[in-house]
Amino acid sequence: MFESLGWLPTFPLLGFLVLFLSGGGLPKRLVATIGAGSIGLAFIAALFVALPIINGDTQIIVHEVYTWMAVGSFESAFGLYLDGLSVVMILVITGVGFLIHLYSTGFMIDDPSYSRFFAIMNLFVAAMLVLVLADNLLLLYLGWEGVGLCSYLLIGFWYQDPENGYAARKAFVTTRVGDTSMAIGLFLIFSQLGSLDIQESMALAQVEWGLGSGYAVAAALLLLGGAVGKSAQMPLQTWLPDAMAGPTPISALIHAATMVTAGVYLIARTHTLFELAPDVQLLVALIGLATLLIAGFTAMTQHDIKRILAYSTISQIGYMFLGLGVGAWSASVFHLMTHAFFKALLFLAAGTVILSLHHEHNIFKMGGKWRQLPLAFASFLIGSLALAAFPFTSGYFSKDEILLAALELEHYGFWLWLGGVVGAFFTGIYSFRLVFVVFFGDSAGHHEAREVTGFSMAAPLLVLMVLALAGGLIHVPTESIFAAPEHGGHQVSTLMHSIMIAVPLLGIALSYLFYGSRTLSVERLMSNNVARGLHKFWFAGWGFDGLYRRLFITPYLWLAAINKRDVVDTASELLVILSEAGNAMLARSQSGSLRWYILSVVGGTVLLITLGGVL
Amino acid sequence: MTLLWILLLLFFGGVLAWLSEIFDSRFPRWIALLSVVATFIPLLQLYGSFDAQRESLWIIEFSRSWIPSLGINFMLAIDGLSLLLVGLTSFLGIIAVGAAWVEIRDRAGFFYFNLLWTLAGVVGVFTAIDLFLFFFFWEVMLIPMYFIIAIWGHENKRYAATKFFLYTQFTGMLLLVSLLCLVYFFTIQHGYISFAYEDLLRLEVGGKLEMWLMLGFFIAFATKLPSVPFHSWLPDAHSQAPTAGSVLLAGVLLKTGAYGLIRFTLPLFPESSAQFTPVALTLAVISILYCAKVALAQTDIKRLIAYTSVSHMGFVLLGIYAWNLIGLQGAVMTMLAHGLSAAALFSLAGGLQGRLHTRDMRRMGGLWAPVPRMAVVALFFSVAALGMPGLGNFVGEFLSLLGVFSVSIWAAALAALGMIVASIYSLWVMQAVFQGAQNPEEDQALLSDLDARELALYGLMMMGLVLMGLFPNAFLDVSAIALEHLSSASDAFVAVRGRL
Repeated sequence: MFESLGWLPTFPLLGFLVLFLSGGGLPKRLVATIGAGSIGLAFIAALFVALPIINGDTQIIVHEVYTWMAVGSFESAFGLYLDGLSVVMILVITGVGFLIHLYSTGFMIDDPSYSRFFAIMNLFVAAMLVLVLADNLLLLYLGWEGVGLCSYLLIGFWYQDPENGYAARKAFVTTRVGDTSMAIGLFLIFSQLGSLDIQESMALAQVEWGLGSGYAVAAALLLLGGAVGKSAQMPLQTWLPDAMAGPTPISALIHAATMVTAGVYLIARTHTLFELAPDVQLLVALIGLATLLIAGFTAMTQHDIKRILAYSTISQIGYMFLGLGVGAWSASVFHLMTHAFFKALLFLAAGTVILSLHHEHNIFKMGGKWRQLPLAFASFLIGSLALAAFPFTSGYFSKDEILLAALELEHYGFWLWLGGVVGAFFTGIYSFRLVFVVFFGDSAGHHEAREVTGFSMAAPLLVLMVLALAGGLIHVPTESIFAAPEHGGHQVSTLMHSIMIAVPLLGIALSYLFYGSRTLSVERLMSNNVARGLHKFWFAGWGFDGLYRRLFITPYLWLAAINKRDVVDTASELLVILSEAGNAMLARSQSGSLRWYILSVVGGTVLLITLGGVL
Repeated sequence: MTLLWILLLLFFGGVLAWLSEIFDSRFPRWIALLSVVATFIPLLQLYGSFDAQRESLWIIEFSRSWIPSLGINFMLAIDGLSLLLVGLTSFLGIIAVGAAWVEIRDRAGFFYFNLLWTLAGVVGVFTAIDLFLFFFFWEVMLIPMYFIIAIWGHENKRYAATKFFLYTQFTGMLLLVSLLCLVYFFTIQHGYISFAYEDLLRLEVGGKLEMWLMLGFFIAFATKLPSVPFHSWLPDAHSQAPTAGSVLLAGVLLKTGAYGLIRFTLPLFPESSAQFTPVALTLAVISILYCAKVALAQTDIKRLIAYTSVSHMGFVLLGIYAWNLIGLQGAVMTMLAHGLSAAALFSLAGGLQGRLHTRDMRRMGGLWAPVPRMAVVALFFSVAALGMPGLGNFVGEFLSLLGVFSVSIWAAALAALGMIVASIYSLWVMQAVFQGAQNPEEDQALLSDLDARELALYGLMMMGLVLMGLFPNAFLDVSAIALEHLSSASDAFVAVRGRL
């Protein structure tokens, strides 16, 4: 009954419309049913269309709803396109999305704006589905901007606090910088190839542009600009940590599982273009590597439980970019999926911790909570194992594939691999630092903590635990899309493989020594000036925020402020001043004094006679 | 006859509204509403019977001899382009009457008289194809607007109204001088005198002289649009005008400038316009970026929206001087969408001023809680203004940029930065007015949220923008033939630009 792709975005959109038009007048139970139910229906619809593709019965399903706009030679359809790549995306979006919606029905129950929350969440899912199902870049852009808008609305959900509003605007404007680059990329692609249809324009690019052509490089760079903005990669990564101002389920859905991976999806979707521009593709790998390392360092220094997870997300998406950059398209998409499982799990568990501890975010004010928060503890343990790529968890399989593919790349392969392995070491440290500090050791306050659970919040955690553990066994059906053999059967020595398994474990062990057994002391480390300086630098996210403030924000605000009265308006002000001055001068001559009039008449006559005499 | 009927309806409706005040002070607004609604019906009919495949340019024409000795005729005609713009005028006329419904109590009869006469002038501008008649209407729409600002305006209304009048009168004079020169040359070349648009199109002036005449037209229209550096009348006029005045100013009066460029400046002076393209594109880019920057610093909410209007009209200028079908369609779509979104934003600002008795955003903040419906409506139109796909403004700006990209990559790329700065000021307004903590010094607990009348008005405009955003071809198909005709008729333009 759900054979058509059109159903997918329709259900969440209807949910949004009902909640929006009711204006918050519905009872909470009904809001929850509509809000989560619409996503549940979308998940069922997704299964209906996905199964034939997963089973290999068919490779693509298309559905053109109508012609969106047509002007002369330009035409863009509201057309949907499903293949193996978008199958992964729609299942993650609706599946993980449904779990997060279900969780939110419990998590947000005390919030007065319950209905507004679910309305925007539903709109988000609809936009995200349009993004991944779009058959042309303009429609993709519609979804792209739509999710950005919802992200803005949800980061600033608790609008009373101006800081939340600031974080929301920062997220929107920063990603808009990338979006603008992407829009220019669209102009370039259309003006050169005459089409924005993804399949068609990619095929044309191969024929018309060829390997290494300037157009291909420019187009790939411009699209990459969009991708780094949305996916919070260098140099536009700064918005994501602040985006944690939103309610925690938002962070799980938008800022971990779905929207932030849209950049990865975009590059995978247009991989043909990036293959035509190998230099740009290498740049993708380098951006990924730099981001994963920088974010890894920073994650080790944060106190706020959500900011740790945010930097971890930036870092893990860095791995996906690294994978894209080395041509491991499927592996990146695979990591996107497993990451959605374990990071959603971690965020939802963090939500439980925060809610149970009366909105405490600082991990150093928690401690020893494993007995009181057993479900959150189990979730964090499993999620962190998967995050740190512990053998046979989901994260292990996907990260493994990316690193192996990097290793096989000529020239730079080893260095990219090495960077990725170093990053995995940090991952082990920061993920288990969190586990040890929050759940072990002495309790540092909140002695009366009681875990907030209930079916709606517990069930999603349990399902996600299973997925985080076993999700690595899921097969990603993307063979027909990424045709080229990515790596010829892993000719990797046992030594390299053992290193890849051992390094994260070393990280976990080191973390244990510092934060578990306390054999090593952080305080002693911090007594060193160099270490303290580095800590401060990393803690501030490598100073990017300060740099951008000095480079862009302050100058722009200054320019705006000094010209508040609009210098162009001076011209008309001048006119006013001149005519008023002239008026004042002439008005003074009409003094009413008879002597002055006589004097000026006589003076004038004398002057005229004199002038006449001279001439 | 339909066109004459619409004009007469507005002219006589205005007189009637004025006179009816003698009987009851509530009559004028009802008469005004009936008049504008009555103009909308024949337009819907025209739209319904519009055939996108038709051959001839004009859908309907009306012509009567007026001053034969000077070759002046009362010639009205409508093509797809004018149909859309007259439709916009009529639609926003309804909105303007709705916006004035309770705000205007003082001398209501004379107010609605001025309102309807302004509308009549604008409709005349959009439909006149005799240049003398065009100029006549151009003046007709200004004087009632002057009264609207000068009589029903706010604290600094005299200054604003005078500034508005001087700017438009002075540049109107340039237009008249250029126009008379044009007719003079035509008389010399062809041996008979004519003000008819289609006659004058055949005239070829050429050289430096053409450039001067073109500049006369350009400055008049660019002042109305407005474009930097001729824009500084607009923030004052807007901040001082009553809400209905702002709705008409932003919604339709600005569009007459763009219309003049499309209909007259470029077709009449193709060669000099082509040479002028780099300057026009530069002005467009400066308008977009400069005014977005100035907007951010404003504390008066109406001044802020006024500057964003200038910024958005930059996209119109950009699309026009791309002079290809995609760019022109972008310009037209931006005109329509901005007409609605700016009208709505000014109405909201007026609504806030009516409730809080201030336009100073520093005295606002946290209004989401007391007036949630207003906040959501404001959010919708802010988001539309910043170019969210799915709403009309995006279609317009996207097509403008796409059109200009093939002419000048740099202009397109720089103008695209406008999308970033637009998001900065749009979201700042939401923050300053509706989000954050409530201002403790202001008593906002008892503010009334939007009532049914206001909700209906905003609902209409929201539906309009969604329609434009999701089904733009409902509008684009109407203007297509006219724009294709205009842009392909001036081969000289393309030839000259090709040599640049």
